[in-house]
Amino acid sequence: MMPLLTTKGLSRNFGGLRAVDGVDFALMPGEIRAVIGPNGAGKTTFVSLVSGRIQPSSGMIVFDGADITNLPAYARVRLGIAYTFQITSVFANLTAYDNVALPVQRTLTDGRSKGAVHAGVMAALERTGLADRAHMPAGQLSYGHQRLLEVAMGLALKPRLLILDEPTQGLADSEIDNFIGLVREIAKSATVLLIEHNMPVVMQLADRITVFNAGKILAEGTPEQVRANAEVQAAYLGTTP
Amino acid sequence: MKEVSPAKAYALHLGVIALLFALSFVLPEYHHGLLARIMVLAVFAMGYNMLFGYVGLLSLGHAMFFSAGLYGAGLAVIHLGWSVPAAFAAGLACGALLALIIGVLALRTSGVAFMIVTMMFAQVFYLIILYFASWTGGDQGLVVPQSARVLVLGSTSLGLTNPTVRYMSALALFSIVLLVTLAVVRSRYGRVLVAIRENEERTKMLGYDTFSNKLAAVVVSGTICAASGAAYALLFGYVGSTFASVQYSILPLLWVLLGGAATTLGPLIGTLFMYYVVDITSGYTSAYLLIVGIALILLVLFFPKGILGTIRQRWLGWLP
Amino acid sequence: MHFGPHLLLAALEGLVTSAVLALTALGLSLVFGVMRVVNVAHGEFFMLGAVLAWAISTAISGHPSLGFLAALVLAPLIVGLIALVAERLVLRRLNYNPEATIVATIGMLYIIQQLALTFYGPEARPVEPPFSYRILLPWFGYSGYKLSIIAASALLLVATWFVLTRTKIGLVMRATQYDSETAQAFGIPVDRVYAGVFALGAMLAAVAAVLIVPISQAHYLMGQDPLLLSFIVVIIGGLGSLRGTVVAAVLIGLSDGIISVFFSPTLAKIIATLLVAMVLVFRPQGLFGTASR
Repeated sequence: MMPLLTTKGLSRNFGGLRAVDGVDFALMPGEIRAVIGPNGAGKTTFVSLVSGRIQPSSGMIVFDGADITNLPAYARVRLGIAYTFQITSVFANLTAYDNVALPVQRTLTDGRSKGAVHAGVMAALERTGLADRAHMPAGQLSYGHQRLLEVAMGLALKPRLLILDEPTQGLADSEIDNFIGLVREIAKSATVLLIEHNMPVVMQLADRITVFNAGKILAEGTPEQVRANAEVQAAYLGTTP
Repeated sequence: MKEVSPAKAYALHLGVIALLFALSFVLPEYHHGLLARIMVLAVFAMGYNMLFGYVGLLSLGHAMFFSAGLYGAGLAVIHLGWSVPAAFAAGLACGALLALIIGVLALRTSGVAFMIVTMMFAQVFYLIILYFASWTGGDQGLVVPQSARVLVLGSTSLGLTNPTVRYMSALALFSIVLLVTLAVVRSRYGRVLVAIRENEERTKMLGYDTFSNKLAAVVVSGTICAASGAAYALLFGYVGSTFASVQYSILPLLWVLLGGAATTLGPLIGTLFMYYVVDITSGYTSAYLLIVGIALILLVLFFPKGILGTIRQRWLGWLP
Repeated sequence: MHFGPHLLLAALEGLVTSAVLALTALGLSLVFGVMRVVNVAHGEFFMLGAVLAWAISTAISGHPSLGFLAALVLAPLIVGLIALVAERLVLRRLNYNPEATIVATIGMLYIIQQLALTFYGPEARPVEPPFSYRILLPWFGYSGYKLSIIAASALLLVATWFVLTRTKIGLVMRATQYDSETAQAFGIPVDRVYAGVFALGAMLAAVAAVLIVPISQAHYLMGQDPLLLSFIVVIIGGLGSLRGTVVAAVLIGLSDGIISVFFSPTLAKIIATLLVAMVLVFRPQGLFGTASR
């Protein structure tokens, strides 16, 4: 089977700092992949490179067999790479409805889905349990609901690859349980790339885990393999076996 | 923007148009003429509002789009002897083309740099008008001859100098632009423009090419302003470099701020209000720029949402 | 006159323009650099300086140099005070929001201009120079006063540079420019720094105007060209950079002097404005600046 996403020698320097340093990465369709690593390991930079929010210093990104290294971010979104922000950045002054309508109408004009905006919006809001808050300004939703709205917007893009950057940050335990269910649901129709600090969430969700350290991939494998990896324990968990 | 009561919004706008139509028959001559002028200039303000209110791009150079229409139409009549509809179309085309060029360049910048760049391009445009004084009349301007300002419709010909024809032409242009604006801001495209204003980076990550969307908005805005300028030349028979000066870039900003940015009817209310304030005070003082200055400062300090913006926030959330 | 002397004359005139322009633009640049405020009313502070210089020098009888010296001291102080009031009453209440402050300073521009028209009138009025010594060059005589403008401006620029780089006041200003929130946290009264910088910026424009008014004339619309030229200088020189501002001022002043000898002034303005707009579009950090932030 051909990978959905591959990067070859992907690097990005900020001044003298190599935030991402020669990363070779492959992601199979249908996978839930977690990316973990200590703060400053280059995880967010890596997914920003994949989503096109920043340009690589060198290297190559291939999505579904096509070289997308030089595509602008919006064009990658249209190919099916959706990114949800680490810091919640819904449109605070627009209603929840309008927030979701923006991605829905996008996929309609692309011809990636059919039907009316209204039906698509309500479907995405219902899936995330926000339907009864459709006409509230997004800025007035609770923090947990704003994170869900962010996910609803990502879903409404009908992504083939959904990148979630620390989605459970700031959520209560009960909200996290719901969230895990939601991601499993999403994974039926999309590949998921997840940056996450919360290890129980990672262990429950991920098919495979990639560990970043100092801009490079330190280890990769199933949750069990990564858990047993001594290097990972030294670099990330801070314990020596 | 909400999916509620489109009928209410359209009813309100049609009501405003009907009221302006009815006023034509009751207003005394002086105010009748003034209101015709205000409607034409309100179109200028609506064009400005399209960019400033909905996309959040503050231009300090829209006088160039207005005067592109003004000179495009005026000079086509004066030098080429074109008919009124052809001259009007020429004005629109000049405005649209200029907006496209300026948009491609100026949209590479944002924020304060965008304001300064648009102001500088407008200044260049103004100086070009002065430089080619033999064609444009320089700062004296040119009068569009009355004999050429005749609209031929089949077998009837309507003199645009006739007050009623002039009023109705102004109202027709105003109504078309008002309804087009309403349709645009309620459309999917309008939703994208507002999203760009609120958070451009996020809008990109929803798959929108924000540059193209902003460029389209600049062209639509510039074309509407050019329509206002072309109508001004044809209806009031004068083209002059004053209309290209910085002051005429500031005035639509003032009108829109006063009436309420990002409201469809705000530009009309702002233009109407400001025009009458200046008209009334000019009986006492010639220093009308003083009033403009004080109004600008008071608005940004105490009333940043303008008249309709405040009404919408407090009472009528459904106002488009 | 031959070409060589002609060019020398143009260059001298250009240097006088540069000297005045450097002071004016420095004021604009400081305000933008420290406060991130684009002061569209800057040219009006320049005009006020000239108009006040006329008022003060005509009010004082005796030798013209007395009146001029009084104007040189008093006019900038009065203008600084006016700027201070405007800053407290308007800019501070707007939280220095960049777009709102531009709109507000446009308002100030109209107010100051109209008040000047009302109280000073539409006439252009001369101010007598403090001395009228002519320096005799082999080809032509040249006004000693004009040369003293260049010297005075250079002195003021060096003094400003010294204050900015070698004193505690300068350190506080630079800290505020670099990161106002951190500066606030370290106990720097950012609020008062802003007020001081805005007044200082206006005073620099006023000093420049007092220096130039004996060789031009005071007029209520005279602020427009200095404003445009200052914008050009600040953009070319890189926003908020002292050295860039001075280099750009000399460049613009000289080329303005030389170009206007050979081209029509309108055409020169068209070309200059267009070029600067293009610099801002394609190289927003200025020709001499490096990318910041």
